[in-house]
Amino acid sequence: MINANAKVLLEVRDLRATVAGVEILKGLNLTVKAGEVHAIMGPNGSGKSTFSKVISGHPAYEVTGGEVLFEGRNLLELEAEERARAGVFLGFQYPVEIPGVTNSAFLRLAYNTVQGARGKDELDPLEFDDLVREKAQLLEMDPAFLDRGVNEGFSGGEKKRNEILQMAILEPLLAILDETDSGLDIDALRIVANGVNRLHTADTACILVTHYQRLLTYIVPDYVHVMDAGRIVKTGDKALALELEERGYDWVVNAAAA
Amino acid sequence: MATSVLPSIAALLASGDERRSAQGWLDARRAQALERANALAVPSTRDEEWRFTDLAPLARKSFKPATAADVDAHAVAACFVPEAVARLVFVDGHYAPQWSVAADGGLFVQTLQEALKASAAALEGTLATLAPFATRAFTALNTAHLRDGACVRVAKNVAGGIVHVLFVSSQADTAHLPRVLIDVAPGAEVTVIEDHVSLGDAAVLSNAVTEIAVAPTARVRHVRLQRLNTASYSVGHTAVQVAKDASYLSQTVTLGARLSRYDLEVVQQGEGAHATLDGLALIDGRQHADTHTVLDHAAPHGTSQQLHKTIVGGGAHAVFNGKIIVRPGAQLIDSAQESRNLLLSGKARVDTKPQLEILADDVKCAHGATVGQLEPEQLFYLRSRGLPETLARSLLTYAFGAEVIERIPVPSLVRTLEQRVLEQTRV
Repeated sequence: MINANAKVLLEVRDLRATVAGVEILKGLNLTVKAGEVHAIMGPNGSGKSTFSKVISGHPAYEVTGGEVLFEGRNLLELEAEERARAGVFLGFQYPVEIPGVTNSAFLRLAYNTVQGARGKDELDPLEFDDLVREKAQLLEMDPAFLDRGVNEGFSGGEKKRNEILQMAILEPLLAILDETDSGLDIDALRIVANGVNRLHTADTACILVTHYQRLLTYIVPDYVHVMDAGRIVKTGDKALALELEERGYDWVVNAAAA
Repeated sequence: MATSVLPSIAALLASGDERRSAQGWLDARRAQALERANALAVPSTRDEEWRFTDLAPLARKSFKPATAADVDAHAVAACFVPEAVARLVFVDGHYAPQWSVAADGGLFVQTLQEALKASAAALEGTLATLAPFATRAFTALNTAHLRDGACVRVAKNVAGGIVHVLFVSSQADTAHLPRVLIDVAPGAEVTVIEDHVSLGDAAVLSNAVTEIAVAPTARVRHVRLQRLNTASYSVGHTAVQVAKDASYLSQTVTLGARLSRYDLEVVQQGEGAHATLDGLALIDGRQHADTHTVLDHAAPHGTSQQLHKTIVGGGAHAVFNGKIIVRPGAQLIDSAQESRNLLLSGKARVDTKPQLEILADDVKCAHGATVGQLEPEQLFYLRSRGLPETLARSLLTYAFGAEVIERIPVPSLVRTLEQRVLEQTRV
């Protein structure tokens, strides 16, 4: 929901970033206020995933210019874990498998670390078990997944549900969901979208990075941005996503280049 | 031609026990072993089998035989494994009956002396026979001094439970020659935890030999823990014979010793035998841990699985040499070997070498080796969920080791070892 008086959560100004010496982000500007849902769309290689990684603090990406403020703080001087504790969450396009660490132990460790940093109480294993089972229900997840290694042997859809489960547990202010819809069948998509919608409040914001309009019929965006060559080249409302679905990206990209 | 016998070992040979036992066959084997121990040079890095393991630090030390000693009962009890149905404890090489627990119902857990007294004939086919010493100086030395040790036997079709064989060392500059014989009759099974521990920081030399005979359709699980202090030296040799449709499943965990060398040799003599050889070496500082395994598929339809992992920190050095032999005519062998190594520092070193000698043409032998550091994407994933980098590293290292530890069929030991890995990897 757009509320002109809502506070600004994320302010990105002229952001430039490189990976392995190649500039991918070339002057990106974006303002996200509490309560808003933004969609970032664009052709392959436009820099959408790089943007997600840079905001969440992936060490392989080097910021070479511009600034990023989160609730007014300079986000770029924080380590990835500090950003997570401050309330930034990245839903991975390809969630990582970690055999040997059980999902429930991982979730509890993450939860308690973040709670501790926010000055809230940590939970013991029994208390946490109640919490995690309740959240798993929201995503219609079989609790058996909690006893398995983190993402180990999970199907694509199970991995994405596990991402949203982590989001539900960490309660971020800003969630960036990178291609969360990829690899999901229509039922899983509905469940995941429903989970995201229920976690969304007037105090939180969400950035959906996606190729397809499909997700946006379930999670309705307030703004739709088109990225090309490392910049946002067009911004509209949800109608833009439908237009992109119909006409493709070329007309936007060509108009921006002209 | 006793060329370069180490001073420490020469002293032990001189102290040889010349008393005759009641068994002529055993005296004859000991005499042969003594002759070999005197004749064989101590291996040097010029020997291919010892290329990466330099025994020179051992040459600067000298070790004497240990006398019976009093040790802290609480410290010994802290090593106990609650799941064990029987236990044999040796302190500085001497049997400690006060801490040992006998077994019953077809499971015989005795000292070798007791077993020789009660049923010497039953030991003649295995003791000092399964572990060849003709070309092995350390095995010959152990056998030349063979007086006592642990003997675990299981009668036909008996499910023997868990047996804990605990070798405790406490006295500085002493040498120990632990000896274990495991003999399991057809259809029987047993789990033996062979556990080498130090009380305190005293440096010892432990030179252990274990012989294991697995009869048709029997199953032996062997957990070998080497958790000596990091001032000590450890040499170990285990020889296993696996009969038709029998299995030998082992997890070897190496945590201790300044320098350790472990040789595990498994011969599948009967058709359809199975062997699992899992290993984990977790070393740090200036530790050196060398594991050599030989899996000899001497009969058809055998299977084997091997996962050997090392976690190497500081300036430590891990060595793994895994040889798989498939004898002529041993068709339809299915064998898989994996060596995975994690380097935690820039100075840590791993040498890993698979060695395949395949002399049959219809077999499946897979092998692979990796040496690496923690996965950056896994680290970022954990950090992106708020975990500090140090905790993320520790957790991933723990997970790497846990894959082997979790295969140990003794829950309390799994917990103890996982705790140990967590502690050691905590930055």
